[in-house]
Amino acid sequence: MNEQGRGSQSADRNPLVALAGQPNVGKSTVFNLLTGLNQHVGNWPGKTVERKEGTFTCDGTTYRLVDLPGTYSLTANSPEELVAREFIIRERPDVVVALVDAAILERSLYLVAELVALPAPVIVGLNMMDVAQQEGMQIDPQKLEATLGVRVVPMSASHNVGVRELVEAIGQAARGDYIYTPKRPEIRADHAEVLAEITRLVTEWVPQPYPPDWVALKLLEGDEEITRLMQAHLPAERWEAVHDILKAHEDALVAVASGRYEWIGQAIRAAVTRPRTGQIGLTERLDRWATHPLGGLVILAAILGLTFWLTYTVGTPALNLLDTYVIHPLADLARTVLEPFSPWLAGLVADGVIGGAGFILTFLPILVIFFAVMGVLEDVGYMARAAYVMDRFMHPMGLHGKSFLPLFLGFGCNVPAVLGTRVIESRRARLLTALLVPLVPCTARMTVVAFLAPAFFGPAATLVSWGVVLLALSVLAVSGVLISKIVFRGERAAFIMELPLYHLPNPRTIGLLVWQRTLEFVRKAGTVILPVSVVVWALSALPGGGVESSYLATVGRWLEPAGRLLGLDWRLVVALLTSFVAKENSIATLGVLLGTGEGGLAQRLAATYPAATGLAFLAVQVLFIPCVATVAAMRQEVGWRGMLFNLGLQTAVSLAVGMTVYWLARLGGLG
Amino acid sequence: MMRQGRKGFGKCREGLPLPDNGTVPLSMLKPGEQGVVSKILCGRNLLCRMTSLGFTPGAQVTMIQNYGHGPLIAQVRGARVALGRGEASRVQVIRNA
Repeated sequence: MNEQGRGSQSADRNPLVALAGQPNVGKSTVFNLLTGLNQHVGNWPGKTVERKEGTFTCDGTTYRLVDLPGTYSLTANSPEELVAREFIIRERPDVVVALVDAAILERSLYLVAELVALPAPVIVGLNMMDVAQQEGMQIDPQKLEATLGVRVVPMSASHNVGVRELVEAIGQAARGDYIYTPKRPEIRADHAEVLAEITRLVTEWVPQPYPPDWVALKLLEGDEEITRLMQAHLPAERWEAVHDILKAHEDALVAVASGRYEWIGQAIRAAVTRPRTGQIGLTERLDRWATHPLGGLVILAAILGLTFWLTYTVGTPALNLLDTYVIHPLADLARTVLEPFSPWLAGLVADGVIGGAGFILTFLPILVIFFAVMGVLEDVGYMARAAYVMDRFMHPMGLHGKSFLPLFLGFGCNVPAVLGTRVIESRRARLLTALLVPLVPCTARMTVVAFLAPAFFGPAATLVSWGVVLLALSVLAVSGVLISKIVFRGERAAFIMELPLYHLPNPRTIGLLVWQRTLEFVRKAGTVILPVSVVVWALSALPGGGVESSYLATVGRWLEPAGRLLGLDWRLVVALLTSFVAKENSIATLGVLLGTGEGGLAQRLAATYPAATGLAFLAVQVLFIPCVATVAAMRQEVGWRGMLFNLGLQTAVSLAVGMTVYWLARLGGLG
Repeated sequence: MMRQGRKGFGKCREGLPLPDNGTVPLSMLKPGEQGVVSKILCGRNLLCRMTSLGFTPGAQVTMIQNYGHGPLIAQVRGARVALGRGEASRVQVIRNA
C-alpha cells in the first residue's frame, strides 16, 4: 500500500471520493485498508446515521474518502439511503467507488444500477474474487467493463489484492483522465413511453442540483422525497398532469427494478461463467445447524454462554486489577496530597473525580470484550443467524430477532447492551430495544439482590432471586408490547434480511471497531458520568458531619412519604438514590446509614425492616432507573428525549410494581 | 399456441409465464423446490426492500429452508434471504416442474 503521509498536501485541491456498496461486500475492509488510522467517525448532520471519513495519500495527492452507509438501494425509505444519495447529488464527489461482491454479482450490481444514474463518475470494485473462484465462478472483468461502460477493478480486499489498482483508478478519475461513458439501465420496455412523458413534463422545473432524468425515474418509482420535492416545484397544473400519470402507473416501481435487473442480466451473460448450481458450500452446511429452529437456539445459547464466561474470567479480574492497582492508589494519593490543604478538595478529587473517572475506567475491560465479541460475530456473518433464530420470540413485543442479542447482553451489563443496539437497522426497533434494555437485570443489580435476599429470606433467597428476575422480564415483555402498541402504533418493520456467506473475521476491521467504539464511549460517557459522580458525592458530603446530616439525606427524608407507600424509610430511599451512580452503591450506603460493616449489615437489615419491605426494595432496586453509565449510553444512542422517556418509564414502573409487591406481601402475611 | 410444460403449467409462445396460472405463495414451496416470481403483492416499502434484495417478476427462487411455520430462507439471484412467513406469502411464484 502506498504511503499514508500526513505531511504537505499537494497544491491541488483534495479529491473527494465516496465509497458505496451493499452490506457485506467488504466496504469496511477497503475503507480501513485505505485510510488506516486516518479516519474519523461521527454522525451525518441532523441524523443518527454514522459517518466515517478518512484520508489516504498516493503520489503526493491526498484523497478524502467518505464511507457511505451500506444500503441495498437508494430509495427514500431509510435515513441511510437518503444520506447516501444526498451526498452524491449535493457534494458531487470526484468519483464514487462502488464495491460489489463477485460471488453474488447479480444482486450486488443492483446498487450500481442506481449509482450510474447519478451525476458522479463510478468505478466498480469487483471484490471477493477469491470467494467467487472458490465457488467455481469465472468472471471476466474486462467484459464486464465493456458491457457496463464503467471501469471495473478486480479485487480481493481481505487479501490486499487489487487495492493498488483501485487507488490508481481513483487517481485517474480524479485527474480527469477517466473517460466515463456508462451504459445506463433503462426502464422495462412497456413503461418507456410513460417515463419519457414524465421526463418531458418535469425537466425544466427540476431544481438544482438534482438531475432531471433521475428525478423522473424516482417519481415513477413513487419515491416519497422526490414526489414531495416536485410537488413543491411544479406549477399546480403541471403537477396535476404528472400526478395523474403517476396514479395510473402505480406499479411502475416493478418496471424500474426489472429494467435494472435486465441491465445487470446483460452484463452477467457477457462476463460470467456460471458455477454449478446445487453445490453445497460451507455456508449452507453450517446453516443447517445455525438456522435450525432447535439446533440454532442451542448454538446461540452456547455462544452467549461463551461470551459471559469470557467476561467473567477475563473482564472481571481485569476490572478488579484496575480498581486495586490504579484507581484506589490514585485516590489515596490525591487524598494524601490534598488533605493538608483542604479536606473538602481532597474528598472532591479523590472520591468525586477519581471515583467518577475511575468508574468509567472499570467499564473498559467489559466493554472491550463485548465490542470484540459482537464485532467478530457480525464480521463472520453469524449475527444474521442469531437474529433469524430469535425472530419469532421477539414478535409479540413488536421487535425483530436483531433486538434479541442486545437485550440478552443486558444480563451482563446494560451499558454495552444499549450501545449494542446500534446494529439494529430500523430506527423504531433500535429505539424500542434501547428503551427496554435497562429493564434487563444486570449483574450489578443482581449483586444487590444476591446480598439482600439472603438477609431477608434466608433459605428462600434463591427462589426470591429467581422470582425477582422473572418479575423484571415480565415487566420488560409487557412494557415492550405496550410501548410498541401505544407509541409505535403497532407498526413493525417487515422481516426480510440477507444471510451473508460466512467468512473469516478480519482482525484489522474488528480491532479498529473496538478501538473506535470504546473511545467513543469514554469520551461521551465521561461528559455525563464524571459530573454526576461529583454532584452525588457533593450532596452526600455537604454540609459536613457525615452522610446522616448531608443534603442527600435531607432529600431522602423529604421523599420518605412517597417511600412509605412501598414500605421504604428514608435510609432505603437514600440507598436507592445513590444506586444511580452504581447499583452496588445501595449496599455501601446502607452500610454507612445503618452504621455497621458488611457482615453485620445483613442482620441489621433483617432486624430493622420487615420482609415485605425487603421484598419491595428488591423489586424497586431491580426495576429502578439504570446507573449513570447506562443513562449516558442511552443519551448517546437514543438522544435526550429517549433517555428522559426511559427515566420516567422506569421510575413510574418501579414505584408501581414496588407498591404492588409491598401490599401483596403485607396481605400475604410477610408484614 | 400453447406448449404444455410438465404438471400442466403452460407457457405462451413468448416464453413468459401466464398470469395467475398455478401460482403459489412462496411460503408454500418445500425445501429444494424452485420457482419463478410472478407477482409481489405488498405495500411500497416492503416492495422496495424485496426488489433490492432480488425479488422481481422473472427471478428464479430456490427454497432452502421451510418448516411450515416461522420464518424461512430462500435463495434468489445468488444470495440467501430470510423472510418472515407473512412476507413470504406475498410473493407469488410459479413452481418449476
